[in-house]
Amino acid sequence: MATATTALPRISVRHGVRVWRRNWAVFRRFAIAEVGPIAVEPLLVLGALGVGLGTYVTFSDDRGSYLAFIAPGIIGAYSMFAAFFECTYGSYTRMDIQRLYNAMIATPLGIDDVFLGEALWGATRALFSATIILIVISLLGFVDSPLALVIPVFALLVGLLFASVGLLFTAFAVSYWTFNYAISLFIFPMYFFSGVFFPLDRYPELIERIAWILPLTPYVAAIRELVVGQLTLTTLWAVLYLIALTAVIYSVALIKMRHRLIR
Amino acid sequence: MDAPVVARDLVKTYQDLIAVRGVSFSVEPGECFGFLGPNGAGKTSVLRMIGCVSPVTSGNLWVNGMSVKTDERQIKALLGIVPQEESLDPDLSVLNNLAIYAGYFGMSGAEGQRRALESLDEFQLLDRSTSQVDELSGGMKRRLLIARGLINRPPIVLLDEPTTGLDPQARHAVWRNLRTLKRAGVTLLLSTHHMDEAAVLCDRIVVMHEGHIVDEGTPRDLIGRHAGETVVEVHSDDPSVLDAAATALTAPNSSVETTEDALYAFGLSAEEIALIELDHTQTVVRPANLEDVFFRLTGRGLQD
Repeated sequence: MATATTALPRISVRHGVRVWRRNWAVFRRFAIAEVGPIAVEPLLVLGALGVGLGTYVTFSDDRGSYLAFIAPGIIGAYSMFAAFFECTYGSYTRMDIQRLYNAMIATPLGIDDVFLGEALWGATRALFSATIILIVISLLGFVDSPLALVIPVFALLVGLLFASVGLLFTAFAVSYWTFNYAISLFIFPMYFFSGVFFPLDRYPELIERIAWILPLTPYVAAIRELVVGQLTLTTLWAVLYLIALTAVIYSVALIKMRHRLIR
Repeated sequence: MDAPVVARDLVKTYQDLIAVRGVSFSVEPGECFGFLGPNGAGKTSVLRMIGCVSPVTSGNLWVNGMSVKTDERQIKALLGIVPQEESLDPDLSVLNNLAIYAGYFGMSGAEGQRRALESLDEFQLLDRSTSQVDELSGGMKRRLLIARGLINRPPIVLLDEPTTGLDPQARHAVWRNLRTLKRAGVTLLLSTHHMDEAAVLCDRIVVMHEGHIVDEGTPRDLIGRHAGETVVEVHSDDPSVLDAAATALTAPNSSVETTEDALYAFGLSAEEIALIELDHTQTVVRPANLEDVFFRLTGRGLQD
């Protein structure tokens, strides 16, 4: 094989899309079973926390209603979940249980193409989730700006990051149980401490800074700005940071995946 | 025209084991070339290196004149790979297993569907096109796996133990499919530990043992060279019976091999055997076959 396992990622969208097409074909078959849950859980959270708990919450500044505050956060969190779960449980099943990667690399596709296709598919799932939730919250009247139309594209981009994070854990996974660590140590802390449910400025500065390193924080902050239509430099920095982080995690995960699969 | 596959001093090392220890061979266009050997002999490793899914540790390997080290994608487009492990897609129908796989080769959706239907017809699976993979019998799954490996109409096909685990009817069906391919001029490389399979299908065989090629030739050459024309087998639990038979069967041109409960004598002609007095209740006289070659070259001990 021409490439050493530590070589830079070989990105060929033309080849990666062939793997994406397989996952899309399966998704379409099970679409009715898949689409319902995408909308239901975020709505439950909006109902329970936004409407239920939110009745008792008022901000001391002019942030508006609690429901309006968490709605953009829910887009961020649930599109993250979508990409992450697809590229952990879903990808691990395809790789280790169904042995599909072995079948794919016996064609002109290589591991880099399979990895790209899986990451693109995870990102697509983030796009679906973000779009569905965005439609729901705009019907509820929480979207103020046409800039919100950028959110699905943004979700696709950041979905690539959370898909890469998922694939990183998949590359190390010894069984499905491995993902419980990823969820308890990484995904849930982000869900609760990335400004989805409350503003981070309540915390000491150090903790706030740490929270901004976690990718969900800049993602949610940028979505919030897009929903209200007030873009600041925060969004620019968020996008640049998330792109850089994607490049790093994508490469590390791919190298680990090559180590695992090339024998 | 370049030979379909040429290997020179090919070596494959895994972390803690040397699987292939410097093999060289050359496959002619249109022939069926067999890798025969016990489990762990290195057959699968050689096929995986040819298929560009496992990197070559050292040595050289060319497919149609292209090196597996630099032309991976081009080589894989020319190959049909039928793996030993069942890796059909359980989330897709029989038809889509082929159509999506065709997509991996770059065929469009419509082209993939057309090619998939054509292929299901060739392999007598058309009436199962909407079935799920886990509804198929073992023989059907193997035929689907072979059909999948041929979806790109490859001029070179690699088959890793194509009939292991199949019942006799299913094996013969697979053999018929492979002979059809051969008649169409496709070059076949197959690994097997079934002697009858190698004898029926292969024009030329390399016998592998512990990572080496221990001999190479047509099935007939190999049998003649290592087992002669006729083999005498004596089966008994009584060592004195085997000893007596060994003495009777020892001759300048014969070689006698004994195990705990059996004796095999090679190299004697039918006339010579007729002159030897043997207890016929425990003795079988039969033509030599590839299995004799296999045991002569790779021993009778368990390999794993």
